[in-house]
Amino acid sequence: MDPLAAIRETFFQECEEQLAELESGLLAMEGGDRDPETINAVFRAVHSIKGGAGAFSLEALIRFAHVFETALDEMRSGRLAVTADVLKTMLRAADVLADLVRAAHDGAQGDDPRAAALADELKAMSGAAGEDDGGEEDWGDFEFKPQLVAFEAAPAPTGFLVRFKPRHDLYAKANEAALLLRELSRLGDAQVELDTEDLPPLGELDPEAAYLAWTVTLNGDTDETTIREVFEFVDGDCELEVTPIGGAPADPPAPDFDLSALLARVSDGAADDAPAGDFGAPAADGPAAEAPLADASVVELPLAANRPAPEPAAETQGLGGHRKSEAGATIRVDLERVDRLIDLVGELVINQAVLAQRVMEAGLARASAVAMGLDELEQLTREIQDSVMAIRAQPVKSVFQRMPRLVREVAAMTGKPVRLVTEGEGTEVDKTVIERLADPLTHMIRNAIDHGLESPEKRAAAGKPAEGVVRLAAMHRSGRIVIEVSDDGGGINRERVKSIAVERGLISAEAQLSDEEIDNLIFMAGFSTASEVSDISGRGVGMDVVRRSIQALGGRITINSKPGKGSTFTMSLPLTLAVLDGMVVSVEGQTLVAPITAIIETLQPKAEDVHSLGGHARVISIRGGFVPLIDVGMALGYRPEPLSATSGVALLIEGEGGARAALLVDAIQGQRQVVIKSLEANYRQVPGVAAATILGDGRVALILDIDTIVAVSRGELRKAG
Amino acid sequence: MSQTPNPSGHVGAGMRELISFRIGAQEFCVDIMAIREIRGWTAATALPQSPSFVKGVINLRGAVLPIVDLASRLGFESTQANDRNVIIVAQIGEQVVGLLVDAVSDILTVTDDVIQPTPDVASETAKTFVRGLIAMDGRMISLIGLDRVLPDMELEAA
Repeated sequence: MDPLAAIRETFFQECEEQLAELESGLLAMEGGDRDPETINAVFRAVHSIKGGAGAFSLEALIRFAHVFETALDEMRSGRLAVTADVLKTMLRAADVLADLVRAAHDGAQGDDPRAAALADELKAMSGAAGEDDGGEEDWGDFEFKPQLVAFEAAPAPTGFLVRFKPRHDLYAKANEAALLLRELSRLGDAQVELDTEDLPPLGELDPEAAYLAWTVTLNGDTDETTIREVFEFVDGDCELEVTPIGGAPADPPAPDFDLSALLARVSDGAADDAPAGDFGAPAADGPAAEAPLADASVVELPLAANRPAPEPAAETQGLGGHRKSEAGATIRVDLERVDRLIDLVGELVINQAVLAQRVMEAGLARASAVAMGLDELEQLTREIQDSVMAIRAQPVKSVFQRMPRLVREVAAMTGKPVRLVTEGEGTEVDKTVIERLADPLTHMIRNAIDHGLESPEKRAAAGKPAEGVVRLAAMHRSGRIVIEVSDDGGGINRERVKSIAVERGLISAEAQLSDEEIDNLIFMAGFSTASEVSDISGRGVGMDVVRRSIQALGGRITINSKPGKGSTFTMSLPLTLAVLDGMVVSVEGQTLVAPITAIIETLQPKAEDVHSLGGHARVISIRGGFVPLIDVGMALGYRPEPLSATSGVALLIEGEGGARAALLVDAIQGQRQVVIKSLEANYRQVPGVAAATILGDGRVALILDIDTIVAVSRGELRKAG
Repeated sequence: MSQTPNPSGHVGAGMRELISFRIGAQEFCVDIMAIREIRGWTAATALPQSPSFVKGVINLRGAVLPIVDLASRLGFESTQANDRNVIIVAQIGEQVVGLLVDAVSDILTVTDDVIQPTPDVASETAKTFVRGLIAMDGRMISLIGLDRVLPDMELEAA
């Protein structure tokens, strides 16, 4: 990737972060948060996006971000009242901004009519609130002269003396002192003085350094916090003193800028430093030094004062200029490096286990120094493993954050007022799990609004508030992450679900089903409860797809529905895809691992429960129902003759689509968490094997692919018969 | 790739280094550049639905490494693996594969002109794997190409 493309990519990554910040800030404000810091964070987010967009000349994005920023600025300065309507518009603007960012990322540069319409709304809002739009276009009109400038000077009873001295960093981050001073002048009547005290003689002037300071006498109805907020972006990059002035200020002190004194200093310096001819030598790399000495020193100085410091491209500041005050320091790391580290630590854990086993075999006492040292090593390796896994873990916030927008859109489409409540956004889970959660969650939330919540009229009739509530919650529970999507709607209409299932031929009309079984019917393929296919959900793909994607992540999904109260969908997922909870079993001398998520129960087959269907095909009766009994050893070709059912253990499993089967193995060794290793990396896919893992003895064990084993055994049966 | 002068002076332009190994009474060699390491035999985990020449998989520092019984792959009687056997870990394209052989015998430094073309013989195996022959001290050493050692997905599926 060429460097510019890489920077561009970083910009878009940062845009995503800024957009998330923007939305969460606006949502917090909608929830009643009036902390100025929140408004500032929102403003900063849009400002940074605009800045970055400028660097890449993303015109559509810049234009919209500018209008948005202006409106936010009005809000920040208190001229635009923060009302529910204003925030709604802002939220829609945030959505449009997100779309524009994505469009820009995809290379589209067209004008979004929605953006234009919303830009007009924003302009109308800020136009109504403030007299000028505060845009960047008027930067050029703002002339800063190195003299006393009076911004509508008029005496007032109270005021502040603000001393502001930018450091080099302030300019390096593309901030502009003039803009800050203008901002300050909006707070009241300001008298600005330039302090050139630190300005060195021309020969010593570093063109990249900052020498100027300003003293502003500000009169008006304001307070110190408000003043400091003006300088918030440059906090740490300047010296700032704010001192209150009691009573009416006297006439401002005489301007400090004394050209003759300065010139005297310059000529002193020139005289002291070097003979006139050599004056430029000590600072030969500075542009000023190249100017002819004789009259340049006289002419150039005021000019230098006029330009406080070289200005780097003003629009690049979005690329990391602003520090986030509360977030800790982070680095971006290539995912491959992290995965390599995880692999190595997995190997370390295995090696440690092998070593421990060898030590035990060598007959060393448990209390021996070696054994105790090994125990400590084990603890340490476990800790390292946990910490390394934590690198990949991210809060679910990143996927939860996409949901408010979805809710707004679906709510608008269905005409149902909806409030989204999220809990446990900080719950951490593996990055891959998060990425693959977005689609199922989107689908479930759509369903919850479209099918779960009743229409406002029905809600009113049931005595519920018109606004429906959809709750999205995440929590850690016994080494897994649990995510719940619940609504306070009408609950699952079991009568209808059942009649539809009968209609679709999914169940027979006579079937006696428990409430739970009926609820689970909605996970069957080809089931859709919406009487007409709506735009939002019910596009033929339904909850069966959701369930399959959750299962693909090694998770499970369950429903709990109460008529009239609503439904809760609970997903339980592993914290990482790198490890798997497995049941370690032996088959014909081989050690195999079955994923525990697929196993419903284990049982010891009794001779009277096992029936032969001819050939090697057998079924086992479990509580009155028959399920196929599959000998894993035969399915994998480890043995030619099936194991006698009574000498083995059966694992009752539920495969894809809910089909059940019993897998016959020789014995169960136990349960453990195993690290998943790819078989394809150095070999190829093997039917019946999902992946491999390495056990404590250092040997490779295969992880069963239960669905293929069931499918393969069906094929085998057909061949045999 | 340009050859840089080797300090020991063994490998110059047009010279190759080969690792020779024994399978039964036969001697073979492969290009040393393809070899990652040589290690002792450890019991492999059998893979279901695999050709007989795939002994299974072993753990190579956290990676799952398939083991090919080279004798069986080349059409000889398969090796009864024991502690005296060795596994040559070779890089074949993107994949890393272990080759089970009886013993590693030597490192040969040869010039390209020493490698004679394979005579036209009827054996398919010879055509698939043998890239050339080297006569050395009255012995014949076959140069093996490793690109076809792993089972071919398409052929297996058919």
